[in-house]
Amino acid sequence: MSGLTLSLKEAPRQRVDLSALTSAIMDGKTAKEIAGLKLTLGNRKCSLGDIFKVTGRPGSRLVIDNCTDKIDGIGARWSDGSVIVQGNAGAYLGKGMTGGNIHVYGNAGAYVASAMGDGHIHIEGDAGDFIGAPQAGIRVGMNGGVVRVEGNAGDRVGDQMRRGVILIEGNVGSHCASRMIAGSLAVLGDAGPNLGLGMRRGTVLLMKPPSHLPATFNDCGSHALPFFHLFLSYIESLAEGNQTIDPSRDRLHRYAGDLAVDGKGEILFYNY
Amino acid sequence: MIINGIQIDDTFAEAFPMRATRLIITGDTKRWAFTAANSMIGFSTSVIACGVETGIERQLKMNETPDSRPGMSVLLFAMSSKELAKHVLTRTGQCVMTTPTTACYAGLYSDKKIKLGGALRYFGDGYQLSKQLGGKRYWRIPIMDGEFLVEEYAYQVPGIGGGNFLILAKSRGMALRASERAIKAMSKVPNVIMPFPGGVVGSGSKVGSKYKALSASTNEAFCPTLKGLTHTELSPDTESVMEIVIDGLSEADIAAAMRAGIEAVCELGPAGGVTRITAGNYGGKLGPYHFHLRDVMK
Repeated sequence: MSGLTLSLKEAPRQRVDLSALTSAIMDGKTAKEIAGLKLTLGNRKCSLGDIFKVTGRPGSRLVIDNCTDKIDGIGARWSDGSVIVQGNAGAYLGKGMTGGNIHVYGNAGAYVASAMGDGHIHIEGDAGDFIGAPQAGIRVGMNGGVVRVEGNAGDRVGDQMRRGVILIEGNVGSHCASRMIAGSLAVLGDAGPNLGLGMRRGTVLLMKPPSHLPATFNDCGSHALPFFHLFLSYIESLAEGNQTIDPSRDRLHRYAGDLAVDGKGEILFYNY
Repeated sequence: MIINGIQIDDTFAEAFPMRATRLIITGDTKRWAFTAANSMIGFSTSVIACGVETGIERQLKMNETPDSRPGMSVLLFAMSSKELAKHVLTRTGQCVMTTPTTACYAGLYSDKKIKLGGALRYFGDGYQLSKQLGGKRYWRIPIMDGEFLVEEYAYQVPGIGGGNFLILAKSRGMALRASERAIKAMSKVPNVIMPFPGGVVGSGSKVGSKYKALSASTNEAFCPTLKGLTHTELSPDTESVMEIVIDGLSEADIAAAMRAGIEAVCELGPAGGVTRITAGNYGGKLGPYHFHLRDVMK
């Protein structure tokens, strides 16, 4: 498999915006041309080659070695092929991604999958706030694709997400699924306060009853539905290797809300 | 050609192109999955008057269905995409959704979509929910027994209808026994259905009639009680003829089903009372697919 490797020459002291390096930009370019790509470092411009040692040949695979949480916009507008991040990733990982996959072996910063349209992001560590949420000034968040975080995530996970699936295998902070437009969000650990606040449609799956739930969610009872089995099987297939989900236990409790808005959202959880 | 003492005529079955789809119906138990499927395939023996030809392709094990419940695979064939779409929708709505505990999924995929849940969702009266998982969209329609889960689309593929063979026997009982044996063997072949009741046609037809209003009428050349009146295809010792009609997703599937059925009949030998096996055609003018019995049985 042809591929390009970027190795950080030294940990940058300021933030680096790598969002200019898209799969489309890489297409047909040589490693030397990629090294000449202009990036933003702090408040100034620099060449990619000033920050990274560039080896290999641009192709279907991009590896970023020794990556730190100062590198923002990794895999932005990515449409095809793989991005492998050895280390941590900064903010806006996979922003506007439309295909392909990103694998982060460490942690990721805020706004993972912001405006993501399709593709697959897998973070082995923790992720920051606003996963799948839109940037300020944009009204619709994640619009498709799958995000899997093996660790914990911050606040406002799935804020204004419209489509796609987010799986957090650890805990999430406050305001999870806030203002959610649609889509699916599964949290295998604990969820913080204000879960689903302003949620219009969409599904949140929890493995146990939430400790807090807004008053604008109503109890719709406990059910064993074919859809629950299908949904749990799908989440189980995403959480490869995680034993927490058992699709044969398909009786879930359903709360509908947020009734302050459309009220077509649902929070599902095991209640036994 | 003679197989195990039974004559196979040097003729062919003539078949024509159709549009087809497969639906997977599941239920809490095998009984209710079957009840829904059986209801869906009602009044659908022939496109001549029913508009669609359907059948249960096979029973599905729990590990073969999307929701891990017992299921049935149903194939539907129609002469046009529009007719197929109409019957998929009405039959799913009236026969599957109304059967307790069921869910309905597409059983094959192509780039030609048929609205399924995308149209049935309106039954939810605004309470319906959609969910996209793994590239497929499902509709969840709240109903009194819980929730009807249905995939947004079914998909249509080219199919073939009208594969057939005729079993000529010395008595009606012998023809029936041979037909039942054939159907048992043919039901194990994938991608085909035998759309007539029990898979067997007791009143095979010819194209046209002396009456202008009818597009099909009795095939007098194979009617044993008219042996002395018409140009007959029957030998003096033939007392009953039964036909097996096959719809399938490809020529190879229909040929495989015909071979399985004819082999099963021939295993009975002359003692089974079958005198001949032949096939129905219209001189090759109606359908582009010709299944020559002797090629099928090679």
